[in-house]
Amino acid sequence: MRIADFLHLTGSSIIAHRLRSGLTILGITVGIAAVVLLTSIGEGVHKFVLSEFTQFGTTLVGINPGKATTAGGTMGVFGSVRPLTIEDSEALKRLPFARAVVPFVQGNAEVEAGNRSRRTTIYGAGAQMPEAFSMKVASGRFLPADDPTAPRAFAVLGSKLRHELFGERNPLGQRITVGGNRYRVIGVMESKGTVLGFDLDDTVYIPAARAMELFNRDSLFEIDVLYYEHYPVETVVKGIKRTLETRHGREDFTITTQQQMLDVLGSVLNVLTFAVGAIGGISLLVGAIGIVTIMTIAVNERISEIGLLRALGAKRSQILGMFLGEAMVLAAIGGMAGLVVGVGTAQLLHLLLPAMPVHTPVEYVVMAEVVAVVIGLLAGVLPARRAAHLDPLEALRTE
Amino acid sequence: MIDLEHIHRNFQVGDQTVRALDDVNLHIEAGEYVSIMGPSGSGKSTLLNLLGLLDRPSSGIYRLNGEDVTSLSDTQQARVRNREIGFVFQMFHLVPRLSAEENVELPLILAGIPPEQRRPRVAAVLEGLHLSNRRHHKPEQLSGGQRQRVAIARATVTNPKVLLADEPTGNLDHKSGQDVIRILEDLNHRGITLIMVTHDQEMGQRARRQLHMLDGRLLNGQRNDDA
Ligand SMILES: Nc1ncnc2c1ncn2[C@@H]1O[C@H](COP(=O)(O)OP(=O)(O)O)[C@@H](O)[C@H]1O
Ligand SMILES: [Mg+2]
Repeated sequence: MRIADFLHLTGSSIIAHRLRSGLTILGITVGIAAVVLLTSIGEGVHKFVLSEFTQFGTTLVGINPGKATTAGGTMGVFGSVRPLTIEDSEALKRLPFARAVVPFVQGNAEVEAGNRSRRTTIYGAGAQMPEAFSMKVASGRFLPADDPTAPRAFAVLGSKLRHELFGERNPLGQRITVGGNRYRVIGVMESKGTVLGFDLDDTVYIPAARAMELFNRDSLFEIDVLYYEHYPVETVVKGIKRTLETRHGREDFTITTQQQMLDVLGSVLNVLTFAVGAIGGISLLVGAIGIVTIMTIAVNERISEIGLLRALGAKRSQILGMFLGEAMVLAAIGGMAGLVVGVGTAQLLHLLLPAMPVHTPVEYVVMAEVVAVVIGLLAGVLPARRAAHLDPLEALRTE
Repeated sequence: MIDLEHIHRNFQVGDQTVRALDDVNLHIEAGEYVSIMGPSGSGKSTLLNLLGLLDRPSSGIYRLNGEDVTSLSDTQQARVRNREIGFVFQMFHLVPRLSAEENVELPLILAGIPPEQRRPRVAAVLEGLHLSNRRHHKPEQLSGGQRQRVAIARATVTNPKVLLADEPTGNLDHKSGQDVIRILEDLNHRGITLIMVTHDQEMGQRARRQLHMLDGRLLNGQRNDDA
């Protein structure tokens, strides 16, 4: 039988049973649309989170106090961990691959300027922070490279905090107090927005040593090392480890490369996308059951037609092909419609909620359509086999 | 062209064996006009279905054009049905969603014949049966007689050697029945081997050769040379 004739026969049967075919197609449409929509959102979130992370570049290594154990906790809980100090940070600066080294402490404190005050996040940082995290100074300058153990009391404001405290007035050179200590404002950062939930604009940057004092801590939260790209990450990790081990006497710190973080994050996000897609897959399964049901009814209704076709010389394989084909065409149409609806809804959602990141990868679109056709094929197999194995005489007798 | 030797066809119904065909021996020459008569349940349809390769005998040999067709595979039998045999049924068996023309086209489509070769053949048979102006009609828009004519067109569009008709007038009024018989006889005049099952004595007696069946057995056939 020729393909065109095959399609014509299949099409005539689908059109002859419009309502039933329509409902079957709808089942698959909903399933595919759900898969496409949910994976689009999953992928969108995935891409969004990864881009948030990689905006600082991938040649960044973080060092935290305490050794992460295989059990997941840190030994730090049981004491006997040496703090990460400003001196450690200074030692790391002398490594050849170190492009920028930033000691880092964080906490909350009251910030006052004149009669305005605001409780906000305080970042204790080093002079090289803008370089390490690709941040830009809007006016003035960032914290200078003072003696890191005894820095001058300078502060740099995030753009939002600057407006909260000074409005339209020029804050440069003004005095503020942070946690009761006096600082002079020497710079304002460009707006950076929220990164992973942290509002980098509603903040004030002060020298790390002063922040440690303010929060009464003897250890940094973290030291971030930006390294030159041409150094392999293993060399960097080894260099940092050797330096700190020499200073601490043992490995009581944890080094996390950006790549490791991305890998972990990536696999977590993949699970997310997969889980979300699986939920859509369930509705697809329901659609498939719909096809099985409808095709079983179709075979029952057309038993006499099957007998006739056999009498006219149709081979079993041709009968099988016709019913399989019908199931596949139904599923393929449903798949197409589902793609349109799914991608359309995803885009609409993005239009209505710009904050909702959506992304529909082409390979998902292709895969969804292939899956639809395969589902049609699988769902059609049982009814079609039954049709092909009908005894032509029995079939002819059935009215 | 048709040779049946010691054909038996048994059906198992519960613990009883129904002998639908009981030692049937039959020889039919190409171009013959044969009617098969007999009371209901005597095995006429069973015999016709067997001749049309829709059924297999329980034992015995069936030769068509000298070839033993009982041992052919399903697929090979389907091909023989498609090329050599035409069926006309009492119930017409047209596909309701297809037009008259498309119904007639079916056997050619199944044979994989391209449309440009199909169209003239379909048009010719429809023309010959005065159905040209009905070719786009669906079966439900046709009268019984017209439906049976479409079925005959479908049975003959492949130029089969044998035309098998099982009570072709059973669902028709007298006049349409007469028309259909005349069409079948006309086809026979032009060379097709016509084998027709009927329980209508009057119709059966028009055939040159009449076979009578009773309880699965073929009674001695006689020739009617006045037909
Ligand atoms: N598929 C079948 N299963 C059981 N018995 C059958 C079957 N087909 C036919 N028979 C029996 O075989 C006999 C002949 O049937 P059939 O050839 O249809 O008779 P006719 O066409 O002469 O009326 C009947 O007794 C019928 O009941
Ligand atoms: Mg009968």
